[in-house]
Amino acid sequence: MSRPIDTAARADSGDAELSRLRWQCRRGMLELDLLLNRFLDAGFGQLDAPARADFVRLLGYQDQIIHDWLMGRAVPADAALRRLVGQVRAAMLRPADAGD
Amino acid sequence: MSIPHRKFDALIIGAGGAGLNAALRLASADLRVAVVSKVFPTRSHTVAAQGGVNAALANVLPDDWHWHMFDTVKGSDYLGDQDAIEYMCREAIPTVYELEHAGVPFSRLDDGKIYQRAFGGQSQNFGGEQAVRTCAAADRTGHAILHTLYQQNVRARTHFFDEFFAIDLIRDEEGVAIGALVLEIETGQPLVIEAKATLLATGGYGQVFRTTTNAFINTGDGMAMALRAGVPLMDMEFYQFHPTGVAGKGMLITEGARGEGGYLINCDGERFMERYAPRALDLASRDVVARSMVTEIREGRGCGPHKDHVMLKLDHLGAEVVHHRLPGITDICRVFLGIDPAEQPIPVFPTAHYAMGGIPTDRFARVVTPARHGPEEVVPGLYAAGECACVSVHGANRLGGNSLLDILVFGRAAGTDILDYVRENPNHRPMREADIAPAAGRLARWEREGDGESVAEVKAALRKLMEDHCGVFRDDAHMSAGVEKLKALRERVEHVRLRDHSKTFNTARIEALELDNLVDVGMATLMSALHRQESRGAHSRVDHPDRDDEQWMKHSLYSRDGDRMDYKPVRTKPLTVESFPPKARVY
Repeated sequence: MSRPIDTAARADSGDAELSRLRWQCRRGMLELDLLLNRFLDAGFGQLDAPARADFVRLLGYQDQIIHDWLMGRAVPADAALRRLVGQVRAAMLRPADAGD
Repeated sequence: MSIPHRKFDALIIGAGGAGLNAALRLASADLRVAVVSKVFPTRSHTVAAQGGVNAALANVLPDDWHWHMFDTVKGSDYLGDQDAIEYMCREAIPTVYELEHAGVPFSRLDDGKIYQRAFGGQSQNFGGEQAVRTCAAADRTGHAILHTLYQQNVRARTHFFDEFFAIDLIRDEEGVAIGALVLEIETGQPLVIEAKATLLATGGYGQVFRTTTNAFINTGDGMAMALRAGVPLMDMEFYQFHPTGVAGKGMLITEGARGEGGYLINCDGERFMERYAPRALDLASRDVVARSMVTEIREGRGCGPHKDHVMLKLDHLGAEVVHHRLPGITDICRVFLGIDPAEQPIPVFPTAHYAMGGIPTDRFARVVTPARHGPEEVVPGLYAAGECACVSVHGANRLGGNSLLDILVFGRAAGTDILDYVRENPNHRPMREADIAPAAGRLARWEREGDGESVAEVKAALRKLMEDHCGVFRDDAHMSAGVEKLKALRERVEHVRLRDHSKTFNTARIEALELDNLVDVGMATLMSALHRQESRGAHSRVDHPDRDDEQWMKHSLYSRDGDRMDYKPVRTKPLTVESFPPKARVY
């Protein structure tokens, strides 16, 4: 199990990998910007290494596909991505200060 | 510092529909084309366009490009340039067929023709029965177009600079555009791209407002680059707002929600639209509904702990109606608010959606500026297309289905004209260090060390300021105060410092450069809105409620140098048909 990390603080202090991920969370749709950035701040740090790799994999999909998954209009066939989509959605609804 | 140079025939900044359509035309003609995009190209905001593309194909009902032109001129509240509108409506038809042949998977009618749907503002026979004009690929037309154009560009060997941020245009001493300084986000290394022609296709700037439907990338980069290069921005006061966005987030709650019987309430549970529009109620025109909402909030009847929004009530409609007729709204509420709109009201606030104004161009997508002699002159080598440009085909208000059309037609037009321009100007013009210096200086400015405010703080203040002083509630007092506050905020930006000066993937630096851009386009918007003393299209003023054709049927031009305003006439003469003279805009 990987150690939780404070993503906001590390990105601010120049953690290049986290900054790279944050840029990958910039998408063509506002809905994805909000959901993915929120998860990066309030969920990603608690993932173990394989799940973090799954998040990177999720970011590699087309906007429209991620949108359909996160809005609940389609379900990923891959079990790990299914779990991750649930976590991204859950992070959106947690109060802002309840992150890691 | 020695900055490396690369040379191309054409440089395109922005990889949405306009940029990619231009690039495809150029690369297919064997030009060396560079496309610079700050995000991966298929993550451009075109992907979010759901509705479709207007073209008078007459696949469902009789239609004619001339009827489409009438609707567009009327929709523009007679501020659109009729030569450009005629061109767009004529070219819509071959443009859609070209996309079909390129592989865009349009939905089909039973007879195999391209599916078309009806949108508001479309008429047959110059204001008659509803027309059916919008070509669609299910509810993901933008996505389908963007992916097709990207794949075709890869095949045509367009050179993509993915995750490169454009700092500024480079012009030589004669004012000819000769390329741009860009920054590779991954390495933090600057690069000069020399080009015989440069196209700005960077999209809109919704992020200047606190509540917007626009993605985070929409920060007006190309518009601000044009301003800094001495090009004024045109008609920036015309910004389209939707009354009902999710408060604090921005996503659109479609008018369909009110069409199904939903209505707005204030903190007392009062259906306040009864006071503002006793007949039309919640289905009054967008600007009336939006301004009524903001008036309720200003007068202390907003909802929530900060009393900063109102509520859209749907729960009286029943779960069957809400879930089945409004599935998109149901999804948004569940995912972002954790509520079921069939049980709880939705917090809403007007949301900024689309910029009608932008970089002034002619119908060949060439950037034009006021001339020393004569009405205007072309900036040699510089082009703009899409939401960042103002041709002007949308005038004071854009019709649904005309934004994808605009980016495609004028992206294509830019490509066509650049082909001719490069043939006539086959050599790169010499680039001196002095030509690069202003752009390099802009980048160096963010290397300053020391303490100062953060980018995020100033950006949040800017977005709130623009929403409060140049949103849907506009009068002289609010906007004058807004201009003074924005001038003070512009000073604050000078004192902002980055904490992180590293090179590799320093996104804080990119966000700082975007802040510069947002401040510039914000000032262009606020100044243009303050000076236009009438209500026309999307620009609605409480203190000047009527359209005033005698004084104001003209385009605004804002210049960054001295925050100056200038004006130029509307082009009321079409290319081949009779003009449509201004009339009251009644639907």
